[in-house]
Amino acid sequence: MEVVLAFTIGGLVTGAVYMLLSRNLLRLLFGVIILSNAVNLSIFLAGGLDYGVPPLIQGADKVLEGTYANPLPQALILTAIVIGFSLLAFALVLVYRGWQDMGTIDGDALRVAEPVETTPALEAAARARKHGRETA
Amino acid sequence: MHSLILRTGTRLLLALMVLFSLFILWRGHNEPGGGFIGGLIAAVAYSLVALSFGVAEMRRMLPADPKTILGAGLALAIVSGLFAVVGQGGLLADPYMASRWYISYTETGEKGFAIGTPVLFDIGVYLVVIGGILAMVRGLMEEL
Amino acid sequence: MLAAVLVIFLAAAIAPTLHRLLPAFSHWLLALVPAGVTVWFAQFLGPVSGGETVLQVVPWVPALGVELAFRLDGLSLLFALLVTGIGTFITAYAGGYLHGHEHQGRFYLFLLAFMGSMLGLVLADDVISLFVFWELTSVTSFLLIGFNHEDGRSRRSAVQALVVTSLGGLALLAGLVLMGLVGEGWRLTAMEASGIDFRAHALYLPILVLILLGAFTKSAQVPFHFWLPNAMDAPTPVSAYLHSATMVKAGVYLVARLNPTLGGTEVWTYTLAAFGTVTAVWGGLMALRSTDLKKVLAYTTLMALGTLTMLVGLGTEYALKGFAVFLLAHSLYKGALFMGAGAVDHGTGTRDVNQLSGLWPKMRLTGLFILLASLSMAGLPPFFGFLGKELMYEGMLEAGSTGTFVLVGMVLANATMLGAAGLVFVKPFLGKPSQAAEHAHEGSPSLWIGPAVLASLGLAFGLFGSLPAPLMGAVTSAVAGTAKTVDLHLWHGLTPALGLSAVTVALGAALFLGLRGVTAALGGLARASRVNFDAAWDHVLAGVDALARAVTNLLQAGRLSRYMLLTIAVMFALPGITLLLRGGFAMPKAEGWAEPLGWFLCFLMLLGTFGAMLATSRLAAVTALSISGLAVALFFLAYSAPDVGITQLMVETLTVIIIVLVLAKLPKFGPSERTDAATRLVKLVVAVAAGGVTTAILLSVTAQPLSPHLSDYFAAASYVEAYGRNVVNVIIVDFRGFDTLGEITVVAMAGLGVLALLKARNAPKPEEDAAAPRLDPGKPMTGEAD
Repeated sequence: MEVVLAFTIGGLVTGAVYMLLSRNLLRLLFGVIILSNAVNLSIFLAGGLDYGVPPLIQGADKVLEGTYANPLPQALILTAIVIGFSLLAFALVLVYRGWQDMGTIDGDALRVAEPVETTPALEAAARARKHGRETA
Repeated sequence: MHSLILRTGTRLLLALMVLFSLFILWRGHNEPGGGFIGGLIAAVAYSLVALSFGVAEMRRMLPADPKTILGAGLALAIVSGLFAVVGQGGLLADPYMASRWYISYTETGEKGFAIGTPVLFDIGVYLVVIGGILAMVRGLMEEL
Repeated sequence: MLAAVLVIFLAAAIAPTLHRLLPAFSHWLLALVPAGVTVWFAQFLGPVSGGETVLQVVPWVPALGVELAFRLDGLSLLFALLVTGIGTFITAYAGGYLHGHEHQGRFYLFLLAFMGSMLGLVLADDVISLFVFWELTSVTSFLLIGFNHEDGRSRRSAVQALVVTSLGGLALLAGLVLMGLVGEGWRLTAMEASGIDFRAHALYLPILVLILLGAFTKSAQVPFHFWLPNAMDAPTPVSAYLHSATMVKAGVYLVARLNPTLGGTEVWTYTLAAFGTVTAVWGGLMALRSTDLKKVLAYTTLMALGTLTMLVGLGTEYALKGFAVFLLAHSLYKGALFMGAGAVDHGTGTRDVNQLSGLWPKMRLTGLFILLASLSMAGLPPFFGFLGKELMYEGMLEAGSTGTFVLVGMVLANATMLGAAGLVFVKPFLGKPSQAAEHAHEGSPSLWIGPAVLASLGLAFGLFGSLPAPLMGAVTSAVAGTAKTVDLHLWHGLTPALGLSAVTVALGAALFLGLRGVTAALGGLARASRVNFDAAWDHVLAGVDALARAVTNLLQAGRLSRYMLLTIAVMFALPGITLLLRGGFAMPKAEGWAEPLGWFLCFLMLLGTFGAMLATSRLAAVTALSISGLAVALFFLAYSAPDVGITQLMVETLTVIIIVLVLAKLPKFGPSERTDAATRLVKLVVAVAAGGVTTAILLSVTAQPLSPHLSDYFAAASYVEAYGRNVVNVIIVDFRGFDTLGEITVVAMAGLGVLALLKARNAPKPEEDAAAPRLDPGKPMTGEAD
């Protein structure tokens, strides 16, 4: 099953990256959801796949014996899922606020931080240099 | 939507689901479950209430504001780690978050009731998950 | 020696405070520090002149084998004495010159910090510490040139000097490191003693080019000379100290210091001789053309630096003796002349030789010392400069054909010095008093004591050549790498060198008398040259700006999709290429093919993913996402991860709830974000490549045997130590509890962040004029492309 899952994860990453590259921020977030699933599955796969043997200590045993699934990746993924959800919710609200304030969910149209014109800092630097040259 | 029967019924159903989530939380140490899963189940239950009857109804059925629950959970989780630092063995004998257990044994030497700081910590996790998610849901529903 | 350097840095540190406490005496008190260090170094005169070398080694970065190693031989002792000796007078002089300046304390700080750096530079035996001190002198020089930082011209000159010398510094660092690799160590003495033949090594040429770049930029050799005349914007004490007597000689010092290891080859000789001669002639001619006293002196400094470089290049015995004597002579007369020029400026308010005339009656002291120093600069007997010039000519005659090549240039360059001497003394001091001379007055003792001592020394050393001779011998030995002795006499008999001197004097006198014509002739030449270098500098800077802007526009286009594309492409390309190049790819053993449930769930995951990718409506996309997520959850459940599976199920539910809540307020998928076919193709290629790299990495990872160490530990300890049968939960709340604490904090922050984002809207806005025009929030996302 490992090989099958590895290729499946590759497919998930392909879809996720394709959506991450879209200009629509909602699609981008959908890409994030798929990517986080793909990453969780990757961790799971790297820890080894075992069918039907959960890491639970049975009855009178005091230690896990025989074949059992690797518990550490599971612990890591479990918390990662919850965190992934929290961040998704946060990002979703960011997109929503962007829509409210700027009226677009086109990522390429969001130019508040980097307006199309040259920045004032660049202009100021050019001015200062020109000034220095003139007085020289 | 505002029928008394439906509302009472929902209240009952909600109570059952919250009880179930507590059960999942409690048994999590030995069976599948735990603070994360329990918290998520309770959060789903309250979210469904909010979707069906509005956010005000959800708030009425919550014992406290989501933010308060969130804070309490985080505080509990942090405090649970302090037992090791100030507890038996002297100050700073063990690192922060090392576990401490109280275990009662039956007369035959069988292990009986056991409670430890990891359980407190798990309850903290449970509360943070509920509080965090419901804060989001409430914020979104009030805003939208 | 470390102590000497540290004491000066310490003095620098306390200088501003001291000046605030005792503004009237601070310069005298601070001058005591270099004076003391000078005396301390003077005690080594005897031993070092006798051929001894003093070494001091302090471990600095032991792990890298870098030491703070100091060496005191003839060359470094001469430089150390110049740095601290002239530094003493400069510190005192600065007190008089900058009297009442609001940042006088800061000036002392910079000046003394420079002094410490320069002293460290000439004493360093370890190339790494040499480089560090080298850069420190560049930085302090920057601070001192830009001392009057309100003046745009000062700032430009300071930046120019810093950029030129630090670019050279970078080249120097590379050269020194290469040298260290070839020489198997960082110590210069060790390299000299090791017997390794650097000249025959394959890296000789790169080392030479890199190090000479450093030396030539620092010592302002043509074509890197243009920063030095501009550096005259600095206060006069700085010009006198850094840009004539000490810092600019660092490059000359370096080539002299490396002469025993790298010198003697044809490349070395021709390069140094050619650059040196061109610089010397250039500097001399430009000096005649200038009217600002300080510029005149700056150009004569260029002449001196060129001459010194040329002399090291020739490398014959007399050339090196000439190097030693001319080095000392120049420092003495140039320090005196600069300080004198500053005193004239101070006393009359101008440095323009055309406005200065007949100062003699008003400023007899300053005039006298300028006269003494000028005569030494002109190379007339019985001054020390004459001895230097005689030895210089001897050296060139000795060098044969190479010498003849430079001889013509040097006669001309020396002749210009005579003309420049006239410009500096005759024009301002003799003749009819000009308007500027009316209010001329002598400055305070601190302004003339430095010129007095330095100019007198120039005369004394000339008359009594036996005084400096032992040290000059030690300097020559250090540069030559073998023991030499120097005898200094004014009269050698009727030698060819004396003849050349006579020619020089005649030519110089002619130059000065025909100054008007010479200046006019040079004017055109100058406009075609210095201006060009200076303008080229601006062009280079503009070019760097344009390049930076082009790169920035390419990488930082302000478009989110571009950022994503670049980030993702790099993120997947790096591990992918590494995997390919290192041959890390491996296929795991194919097992578990007969697990139909697994196949089915993988199929569902892919179905959901590609469904979401191709969906044209938001609801379809969400549905497809849910299918994929559900399949993932079931996969976890099937493959022994019940806790993870349940968590994923719950989160799927909540994700749908949240998305649906927000979706109601967001615009539908429209055609506006559709891109052209080419862009889609790029996206697809990057996406498929990313997926391919992921699969390749995962396959290779799975092919490796899994270390059971951790899972065995958890399996054994979970119940015994932590009383839990659900190992996953025990890891979360106990073994990795601290980690989980961090994670639930993230959840808490996200929850509060969502609230803050949503509630912030309800707070009153301070102003509506955001950087971007505010768009109408209600406007739907329509069809027009961006």
